[in-house]
Amino acid sequence: MSVVTNTTTIGAIDAPSRRNTELMMLVFAIAISVFAYANVGLALDGSLPSGMFGYGAGLILLGGVAHLVVRKFAPYADPLLLPLATLLNGLGLVLIWRLDQSPRLIQRAEQLYGAYSPDAPKQLLYSAIGVAFFVAVLMILKDHRILQRYTYISMVAALILLIIPMFFPAVNGAKIWISLGPFSIQPGEFAKILIAVFFSGYLMVKRDALALASRRFMGIYLPRGRDLGPIITIWALSILILVFETDLGTSLLFFGMFVVMLYVATERTSWIVFGLLMSAVGAVGVASFESHVQQRVSAWLDPFSAETWAQSDQLGQSLMAFASGGTLGTGLGQGHSDLIMFAANADFILSTVGEELGLAGMMAVLLVYALIVERGVRTSLAARDPFGKLLAIGLSGAFAIQIFVVAGGVMGLIPLSGMTMPFLAYGGSSVLANWALIAILIRISDTARRPAPTPSPSTDAEMTQVVRP
Amino acid sequence: MNKPLRRIAIFCGILMLALMVRTNYLQYVRADELNTRDENRRIRIERYAHERGNIIVDGKAVTGSVETNGSDFKYKRVWKDGPLWAPVTGYSSQAFDSSQLENLEDGILTGNSDQLFFNRTLGMFTGEKKQGGNVVTTLNGAAQKAAFKGLGDKKGAVVALDPQTGAILALASTPSYDPSVFAGNSNKDSEAREKLLKDKDKPMLNRALRETYPPGSTFKVVTAAAALENGLYDDIDAKTDSPLPWTLPQTTVPLQNEGNIPCENASLREALRWSCNTVFGKMSDDLGNKKMIEQTDKFGFNKEVFTPVRADASIYPEDNKPQNAMAGIGQASNRTTPLQMAMVASAIANDGKLMQPYMVAKRQAPNLDDIYTAEPEELSRALSGENAQKVQQMMETVVKDGTGTRAQIPGVTVGGKTGTAQHGLNNSEKPYAWFISYAKTDNGSPVAVAVVVEDGNANRDDISGGGLAAPIARDVMKAVIDSKQ
Repeated sequence: MSVVTNTTTIGAIDAPSRRNTELMMLVFAIAISVFAYANVGLALDGSLPSGMFGYGAGLILLGGVAHLVVRKFAPYADPLLLPLATLLNGLGLVLIWRLDQSPRLIQRAEQLYGAYSPDAPKQLLYSAIGVAFFVAVLMILKDHRILQRYTYISMVAALILLIIPMFFPAVNGAKIWISLGPFSIQPGEFAKILIAVFFSGYLMVKRDALALASRRFMGIYLPRGRDLGPIITIWALSILILVFETDLGTSLLFFGMFVVMLYVATERTSWIVFGLLMSAVGAVGVASFESHVQQRVSAWLDPFSAETWAQSDQLGQSLMAFASGGTLGTGLGQGHSDLIMFAANADFILSTVGEELGLAGMMAVLLVYALIVERGVRTSLAARDPFGKLLAIGLSGAFAIQIFVVAGGVMGLIPLSGMTMPFLAYGGSSVLANWALIAILIRISDTARRPAPTPSPSTDAEMTQVVRP
Repeated sequence: MNKPLRRIAIFCGILMLALMVRTNYLQYVRADELNTRDENRRIRIERYAHERGNIIVDGKAVTGSVETNGSDFKYKRVWKDGPLWAPVTGYSSQAFDSSQLENLEDGILTGNSDQLFFNRTLGMFTGEKKQGGNVVTTLNGAAQKAAFKGLGDKKGAVVALDPQTGAILALASTPSYDPSVFAGNSNKDSEAREKLLKDKDKPMLNRALRETYPPGSTFKVVTAAAALENGLYDDIDAKTDSPLPWTLPQTTVPLQNEGNIPCENASLREALRWSCNTVFGKMSDDLGNKKMIEQTDKFGFNKEVFTPVRADASIYPEDNKPQNAMAGIGQASNRTTPLQMAMVASAIANDGKLMQPYMVAKRQAPNLDDIYTAEPEELSRALSGENAQKVQQMMETVVKDGTGTRAQIPGVTVGGKTGTAQHGLNNSEKPYAWFISYAKTDNGSPVAVAVVVEDGNANRDDISGGGLAAPIARDVMKAVIDSKQ
């Protein structure tokens, strides 16, 4: 076979598998993390950290296993998704480990809980389970279209996951956790994937009805009442989550994801107009009587006012952390982002990136996230089946919205809401769910880029030529 | 489905772009503002992360740094002779920020100043530990000690200036405090500070710069200067037109003199010698409020003075006729800082030229290179040289055989003026004892002093200023003259 220089993802014939590219990028990603690890150790103690080889070996093992599984089970998958996720996961481990060393945070933990236990080893464990999830999804899910069969089961499962936290006590003002003994799970992260599956399955079936059966009114297409039903339901649901669980981020995420998928499925701009209108109505409505939301908004408007400062100085501290980083950052281990105290290594981990890696590091990290989203959207474009298209765009759209909501929150661009930066932040459910998300995207991209089976030669080809008399 | 997909891709791109723009805005555009916020603990962490530079008097550091543990601040400020130097250095506390020189010269002391940029950059390459620079003051240790000792346990303040340059030689305020007691950030530190703040004697008040008093009779030299400058009188030995008793204008209240002193039509020299209220009250009335304000402006009244530590503005008020007459003898709402009265004495001693008072002589880089040396600066021409010499003669008479004899220094020409300012409604509280003076040698005047003692315990106007404040001024002047030899 001749050498094919086909560089598009969508190559129909003889697309190169790019598995070796993936391997190289993976080596690069792990090397960056290991060097970062050494950097923290040198900055803090002046010597290479003793756990460096443990973490390095752990990362190499995880990356290697994931790569081999992709090579075996999804040979045509997008080559960038896995290395990008590994890079973020590795960097996250380094940042969490760096914050583990903070005397300020250790002192705080000892005062509050009487004991202190570092988070980095737990995060490494979660990462291992996350990669196991990744492997399991790739091995079990031979074709993403199988998920179509579970459309309504997904919905029910997602609803259960979302409702359960209401029966658990609120943690720091938000009811988004399930506590099971020593473990606490944030079910919203998993519900994200399940809801994307449900939307894809539902919209694939209903898209024509939604798109065509509508009346034209003042230049936009108004959907029929019965088609409006599910949208109203989802809107109400996301508002309910917001009200009962005071979870601003998750409701925004679900609603945004739904509007995106509706728009893609129906190709009708009117859905976006409706979506924006409804979310505006919902947001204003909830904000007018929910004190938790009001607090967040007023903290966002003036993070340094005496009132905000007395309630929580987190956002102000985060902004000052970013500023302190400046263009080049203070260097890993040399900042004071731990002044944020609570959730410094979870919701606010990006502030540590901002302070210690600076504007340069922030741009790089944001670009890595942007690249993951871009590969997801590209996968969606390349996918040949509507279900795969919808699922891929739903997942990558949700990923983009989540990043915007979290990063925008800690940077004071929008009001703060409790979600975590995928892969970077400390948290078991987040790491697990996002590795599963990447696995599904890799599965779809593998299907999309897999070369079409060569058509069998048609024996009638010559016979059907027009013969001029 | 691909068209909406592309639009969604653009939407996601915009979300990411918004984040990137925001991070640029935050970390580049707004960085300076956020980095200098009061709430930003990093400022203090950084300030105490290195050994702070020192404040130097007579070539010796009056401050120091000690290493601490148990908090994120590594070094703590300590003072040698804290109460003595607190009115000059201010404090620098891990928990309670800083004041005065410690605050104003923070950039040099921490080593963060742009003036040290070159040193810092060099240090980056040579791997040297970051260090703060030093601030060399103009103060004279002996004079400061004499002032502090003279005030003793009385409430008051002393300011000594070098009339020829404006350099501050002594700046004492009592009762004082030791800034070392709250330099850390423990509970003990905040209790100590709380106690200082609650003390009714206000030990943390810098009386030399931040308290204004009625200047009492010491102000008569300003009135005399105004009279000479405006041509009201010319010859200091000629009789003035001063009836006795003299009634305050627009009233039926006669202005009293302290005791039975020869004030009727007394010459300027005699009137100052005896501190005649009637003569100077009428003089101020004859000149009028506007001319009095003009003259005080020339002496530096009516605006804040930056040494660089800020001193409150001394006020000669815009007022009605009887009040203006009273202000002319240093009463009514005429209020001055001790620094201001020292400036008056120094302008007269320096033949009319008022120099800008300053207390930072040099700033040094950590390697002791001078990066700034103060240049004496003329603030204004308070009065002509001729008139200044006339006022000098009058003031010298006061010390030679007037109310200020206790300021005499053998072998040195001293000029001065006493004052006892009434205090409280109907003079109900203890009066303030004042003394302003200067010493003169062959090379002009090396020192001018203003002393105020708050609890002047006396019933006669001039004796208390002369009895209580003059010896302190004498000791301070003597210390300066002795240290010059």
